[in-house]
Parts: sequence; C-alpha cells; structure tokens
Amino acid sequence: MTEAILRQIIDYAHRADPYPLYAELRQTPVYHDADGPFVLSRYYDIQSLLHDPRISSDARNLKTPATANPLAAEADEETALPPSFLRLDPPEHDRLRRMTNRPFGPPHSPRRVHEMRGELKDIVSGLIDGIDNPDRIDLVDQFSYPFPVTVICRLLGVPREDEARFHSWADTIAASLDPVPGADTDERAKVSHNARTELGMYLAGLIEERRKKPGDDMLSQLSTAGGPDGVMTTMEVLSTAALLLIAGHETTVNLITNGMLTLLRNPDVLERLRKDPNFAVPVVEELLRFEPPVQLVPQRTTLADIEVRGVTIPKGASLWLVLAAGNRDPDRFEDPDRFDPDRGDIQHLGFGSGIHSCFGAPLARLEAQLALSELARRLENPRLLEDPPPYRQNAVLRGPRHLPIACDGIRP
Amino acid sequence: MSVDGSLDRLKREGRIVVVGASLAGLRAAETLREKGFDGSLTMIGDEPYEPYDRPPLSKQVLLGRATADRTGLPRHRAIDARWRLGVPATGLDMAARRVRLADGDEVEYDRLLIATGIRARPWPQEDEAELDGVFVLRTRDDAEALERSLAQGPRRVLVIGAGFTGSEIASACRERGIAVTVAERADAPLVGALGGVVGRVAAELHRKHGVDLRCGVMVTGLEGDSAGRVRAAHFSDGNTIEADVVVVSLGAQRNTEWLAGSGLGAGPRGIACDAGCRAFDIRGIVTDDIYVAGDVARSPHPLFGYQFLSLEHWGNAVAQAETAAHNMLSDSADRRPHIWVPAFWSSQFGVNIKSVGVPSMGTEILIAQGSRSEHRFTGVYGYQDRVIGAVTFDQTKWLQFYQQLIETTAPFPPASPTVDRRPEGQQPMPADFPDPSVPTHGPTVTLSGYAPDDRRLTFTPARH
Ligand SMILES: Cc1cc2nc3c(=O)[nH]c(=O)nc-3n(C[C@H](O)[C@H](O)[C@H](O)COP(=O)(O)OP(=O)(O)OC[C@H]3O[C@@H](n4cnc5c(N)ncnc54)[C@H](O)[C@@H]3O)c2cc1C
Repeated sequence: MTEAILRQIIDYAHRADPYPLYAELRQTPVYHDADGPFVLSRYYDIQSLLHDPRISSDARNLKTPATANPLAAEADEETALPPSFLRLDPPEHDRLRRMTNRPFGPPHSPRRVHEMRGELKDIVSGLIDGIDNPDRIDLVDQFSYPFPVTVICRLLGVPREDEARFHSWADTIAASLDPVPGADTDERAKVSHNARTELGMYLAGLIEERRKKPGDDMLSQLSTAGGPDGVMTTMEVLSTAALLLIAGHETTVNLITNGMLTLLRNPDVLERLRKDPNFAVPVVEELLRFEPPVQLVPQRTTLADIEVRGVTIPKGASLWLVLAAGNRDPDRFEDPDRFDPDRGDIQHLGFGSGIHSCFGAPLARLEAQLALSELARRLENPRLLEDPPPYRQNAVLRGPRHLPIACDGIRP
Repeated sequence: MSVDGSLDRLKREGRIVVVGASLAGLRAAETLREKGFDGSLTMIGDEPYEPYDRPPLSKQVLLGRATADRTGLPRHRAIDARWRLGVPATGLDMAARRVRLADGDEVEYDRLLIATGIRARPWPQEDEAELDGVFVLRTRDDAEALERSLAQGPRRVLVIGAGFTGSEIASACRERGIAVTVAERADAPLVGALGGVVGRVAAELHRKHGVDLRCGVMVTGLEGDSAGRVRAAHFSDGNTIEADVVVVSLGAQRNTEWLAGSGLGAGPRGIACDAGCRAFDIRGIVTDDIYVAGDVARSPHPLFGYQFLSLEHWGNAVAQAETAAHNMLSDSADRRPHIWVPAFWSSQFGVNIKSVGVPSMGTEILIAQGSRSEHRFTGVYGYQDRVIGAVTFDQTKWLQFYQQLIETTAPFPPASPTVDRRPEGQQPMPADFPDPSVPTHGPTVTLSGYAPDDRRLTFTPARH
C-alpha cells in the first residue's frame, strides 16, 4: 500500500475511475496512515459500523482537529445554521429526522412520494421536450441538474415564479461543494456565502408566510406541524430545508448522470430499458451499487476503542467509510465489477445503512427510475460524445460535470 | 454425492412428505425443489387453505386493513406438490415409514418433515369457551371471525393474557376506537418474554392508549346470557367486567398429539431434534429420515448452553425449514446446523418491538440507548456476565450490533459509551422476570431442558 492512496483518491486524475484504487484499498481493510482517518472499505465492515452505536456522526466528538481530515474543507457545509440531522446523534437526530419524516413518508404521509409521480413525469417530459439540438446535448446542464432542483422546489413549496432564483442559489452552493484547485478560494467562499445567506433569508421569509397560511407543502408542514415532538424552530426548519436541498440535489444529479453514462456503456441494458420501463427498478438498484453517487462517508467518529479485524481504532478517531469500495467487495458480490441488473439480490451501501440511511431514498429512486426510463424511451439512438466525460472535482459526491451525448432525434 | 448413489436416487425419484402446510412446510418444500429434488412431494395440512402468513392476523387483519384470505404466503418458486389439505395427519409408523391420515389414507415417505406448529391454548372451562363471542387467535378462520365481531362495534372487548398476541389485539381494538380491558396474571404485559423492567414500559403504552389494563389478576370465569352469548367475566379480585367479545390469549400448545405412541421424541414441549433438524426417537437416538422445523421443533443451541430451545418465531420457522430441507438431501458431511440466533418482532400501539437472543434467560438488563420514558430504547440482557439478549422499542436499526455481542458472547454489561446513552443506562438492574412457576405466555423462546425425550406429563409452565 502506498502511503499516498488517500491522496490518490482525492486526486482529480483518478476521478473518472477510482475503482482500481478502491480495490487496492480493500487489501488493507482497516487502512490508517499517520494522523489521517481510519479508512474502511469492506462491505461487511462498513455495514456493521453503520449500525454500531459507538460510532458518532457528531463532529464535536472528533479528537483530532478537522484539518487533519483531507476532505474536511470540501465536505463541510460551511454555514451559520445549526447542524442538520445528518450531523447529529440520537436523541436530537431522531427527533429532527422523525419530524421531517412526518410530512414525507410512512406512517404519517405514506403516499407523498408516490403521489409526486405525475408531477415528476411532467418535469421530465418538459426537460426532454426542451432539448433543441440532438447533435450535442449536455445531459447534466440540460437534464440531470434542473430536474432534482425543480423537484425539491415543488416539494418544499417554493412558488413557481421563484424557482429560477432558487435554481441559481442552489447552483452556486452546489458549485462551492466542488472546489477547483487553484481557484480563488476567498472569492468563491464569498460568492457561496452570499448565496447561502440569500437562500436562507428567502426560506425564512417563506417559512413566516407558511406559518400564517400553511399549504400542503413540506415547508408548511415542517414549520407548523406539532406532533408529539413539538414544533421545529425556524433555525431547525432552515437547516433541514438546506439539508434536503443540498443532499437531495447533489446526489440525484449524479445518480442520473452516472446512470445514463453506465447505460450508454452497456447498450444492451439500455435497449431492454427502452422496451420495458419496469426494468428501471433493478437498473437503478444496480447503479446504486455500481456507481453510487455518495462514494464515501467521511464524517464518522469513534466514541470508544473499536476493534475491526484485529485492528483497534482508538476513541476519537475519524472514520471514512468508503461505500463505493464496499459495493464492489468480491467477498460480498460475485463478479463485482460487472454492471448486472439481473443479479439475484441486489444489495448495496449506496444509501448508507443504519439510522442515517438516506432520508430521500424513496424519492431519489423514483426520480432516477423515471428519468432513466424516459431518456431511454425518448432519445433515439443515443451515444456518448466523450468517454470518459469531464468529472467534477468532488471525490465524495462523485459524478460527471458534463455529459455530452448525441442522438438521432427525440421521440414524442 | 453419496457413495452408493442412494441420495441421487432420493433426489430423482424419492418420496418426501411434509406434515404441516404452513410457513415452515412451504419454505421447506421450496428449498427442496431449489436443491434439485425431483421426486414426489406431498403436503399434508389440516387447514383447508394453502399456506398463509400469521403475523398479519393480529395486526393488519384485525385493523380491517387486509382480509384474512389475503394473507397467503408469497411463493418463491413452484413446488409441484400433491396437496392434501383439510386432512389432519393422525399417526406415524416409523418402521414402515408411513403417515396415517384422518380420512384413513396412508402416505409413504422416504423422508418426512414435521412442521405441525402450535395451536392456541383454549379457555380451560369448555362450556365457557363455547360461548358466542369467545375467541382465540391462531388461524385465518380465527382472525376472520374475530375481525367480523370487532367490525360490529362491540361495547367492550376483554383480552385475557397480555403476551405479544394479546397486546397486539388490544392495540388493534384501540386503534379502531373499541373499549378494551386486558387482564394479565403477571404484574405487567410481556413480562414473560421481556421481564418486568420492559413490561412496565409496555404497561405504560397500554394505558397511554386507553386500554383498561388490569395486572396481577386472573379471570376466574366467563358468563353467558340466555342466548349463549358471552356477557361478562369474573376476576380473581372480585370484580366483574361486562364484555361482549372475549379473546383468550393464553399462549400455545404444541401439535404433537398425533405422534403419540409413534416412538418419536415428541411431547407437550415439542419434538426434540438435533442441530441438523433430525428428530430424536424416545430413546434419544437420532433418526435419519425424519426432520422437524418451525414452532413445533425444539433443538439444542450452542450459544445458550446447548439447552433445547423452542421458538415461536417467524424467522426461525423459515431458517429452520431451509436447513432441514438442505439436510434432507445431503450426506452427513454436507449437513448444516441450524444455529439461528432467535429474533422476534411485534408491533403494537404504534411501537415497533424487536428482540434478539434469549432475553428471558437474562437476569439483568441495561438500558444501553434511549430512554424508557420516551418509549424508545434498547435494553440489553445479561446472564452470568455475558450478553444473552436484547430488545429494542423503535430502535431497530441498532439491533444488529447487539446481535453481534450475543453471537460473540461479549461481556455484560457492555462497557463502551454509545450514542444516546442516558444516565439511566449507566447501571444494569435486575431484569425482573417472574417466578418461573407462575405461568405466563407470549410468542417467545422457551428453554425446554436438555433431554430429548421430555415427556413429563404434569404441566410444567415454560419459563418464558
Ligand atoms: C396472530 C399471530 C401473530 C404472530 N406475530 C408474529 C410476529 O409478529 N413476529 C414473529 O416472529 N412471529 C409471529 N407469530 C409466530 C409465527 O407466525 C410462527 O412462528 C410461524 O407461523 C410458525 O410457522 P410453522 O410453520 O412452524 O407453524 P404454524 O404456522 O403453526 O403451522 C403449522 C400448521 O400445521 C397444521 N397442523 C397441525 N397439526 C397437524 C396435523 N396433525 N396434520 C396436518 N396439519 C397439522 C396447523 O394447522 C398449521 O396450519 C405470530 C403468530 C400468530 C398466531
């Protein structure tokens, strides 16, 4: 194992195909280098640590300063808001997640995601209809980016006329999660800080309005609903909304883009999906295994000395759980580097596991299923113009920055 | 592959008979076909229905969200069996390898799987049990009849026994807005399975949801009106409760009577088998052609001192059936042990309860996460300084961790800090299981001793 493996993973040169590095990483199942994080890359180890109550998501439990974490700068949501439930432990985590879930899923709102199906379909159709030049489509800018932001707007209840402003804030914030080496960091930080402040103020205003006159959108319900857990404070609603926006958006873009890229590299699968939209269900699951949008979870901390495979990870250590490496662990999956939606039971760590498992998973699944099956159905003879496409800088939320494709035409 | 080819012959043209056409029976049959068994397969069941699932009967079905006839078990593959439904097996001739049926038929086998499960223990006073409006809940028919009477809006339901099934019934009644009284002989609901510390939380849940919970009392008699309908129940504390529906939920009895005199090690505590699911005969000799799976089986478990365990757990029935089927078609070297870690779930009063291991073996409990007052917590049970079981109320996602502790015989109390460890979880306390000589009930784990031929005739209540 070269000492530089973590640096190589972060190194942009390996972005298009980090999987050989992950394979190397798996040779040392508990990898630790100097004062860096402990890195876990085997499926079963990651799975069990994600369910381990001695592992904390609260950064305050970290012993070493965050600067020792080579990803700290790029992964942190730099913001004045209180931490979202993603970065909290129970009981605070449970309370906020439960309250957020009330308007979103079972048992209180079991049909919410299902009922968005029609609206999602319309948004997808609209975006595909808007493609004017089939000779050169940037799937990211023209489709996978605008789709989830529009969805999150509708979910939160952002008025249609404000969606454009919302999109531009979201784009700016998302871009800031993706540091470009050598760029003027101060300038970028300022721009993104401004966007956050403006978005925050906009949402705070919206929350005030919804408190007076609630609708059936999530923002209204988050800011007014009083269940057994009481009502969320404005700051809590804001940090929750920010979480839904950033986490729900960055990841879905990559799921769809990685998905289309993988389908174009596997034309037989694309063809089957074109004929049978129901095939999207296993296709998306296998994608979450094969090219997970969240490659690793860098924000866990040990509350005690923990032994994994004979190695003691000391209390207060920083953990990286490399989901994407676990997803291709040959101990868990047969022929893991093959994209095979027909494999028996498709399991994966794509949405994490345990109490922090992806809150938006049902929505993300539906978005990706609809997006990919519609793209497969409507794009006539689609092909990649660049392989690999240019990737974004981000090693955690990994995906193409652009996906240039061409097709012969757009089917109605 | 067997040396003399007999296994090949069995797979090609053998006869396998499964008695008990429910969860364990069906999953075993599917596994047999999966493993390449091409011979004849006969499924014998005393109920007239194809295999269905029981857990929904006390949950969705009683809530009117699913009908009892829609609980059929999903089929994982075609099993191409001869079904003999609605006909009980009445006897077994081990020497001649024949199962006798109630209609006089006899079915020959090369391999037999017994999965006859358990049945609800009826109300002991037969004439009172016959009253209109008195129910038990084990089968599809039971559930359908009970649901129908709940749908008619009874004024009050009395549930006798607050084990898991009784508590789920009470919960369903409250969700439907029906007044319900629960009578429990022990000091709290679920104490037999989970002990007094957790039982007191269960009691709070009952009361918070408006159940009239009476603990430490026994129902001494049921009273009918002139038309033979139940109208009231008398309690040992001198009280009388008016109720037009009474559900008797006093635990279960093993369906082993049909094996009496067969020479198989079968008795009121179930059928003893080895870890490979092979039944013992009454001399303690393991048979090679008779296998057991599901609620009716009791088998030794290395994690729990090699005591014989009887489980009333859905997951156990599935796992044990798969192992039994695998072993039926395997040479001794290829056989697998069934050493499933007991796991059970229940949902009641909006709370998801799960347990692993054998909580009832525990003498101490530690609230390792969460808080009892919030009805969200993880309790870890200790026995002789090791972790022996765990239970979660609405904290399922952590359970896997505690299961690992059980599997690795980790020391108790677990020392590490955990997220959400509150002050109340710093010290273990007595788990407070009732005196084993007081009968309790509820689907859970029973330690049923060491001897394969455990046929004591006196009723010795299981220490749940
Ligand atoms: C209302 C209810 C709720 C439950 N909820 C849960 C839960 O939430 N979680 C959980 O883990 N478990 C639960 N269980 C337990 C779970 O259903 C059982 O563990 C499981 O059904 C066991 O399967 P089995 O095939 O071994 O036995 P059974 O399902 O009892 O099947 C045995 C079958 O054999 C038949 N039979 C008996 N004698 C003969 C004979 N002589 N000839 C032919 N056939 C015969 C019986 O009629 C029956 O159909 C619940 C059970 C009930 C009744």
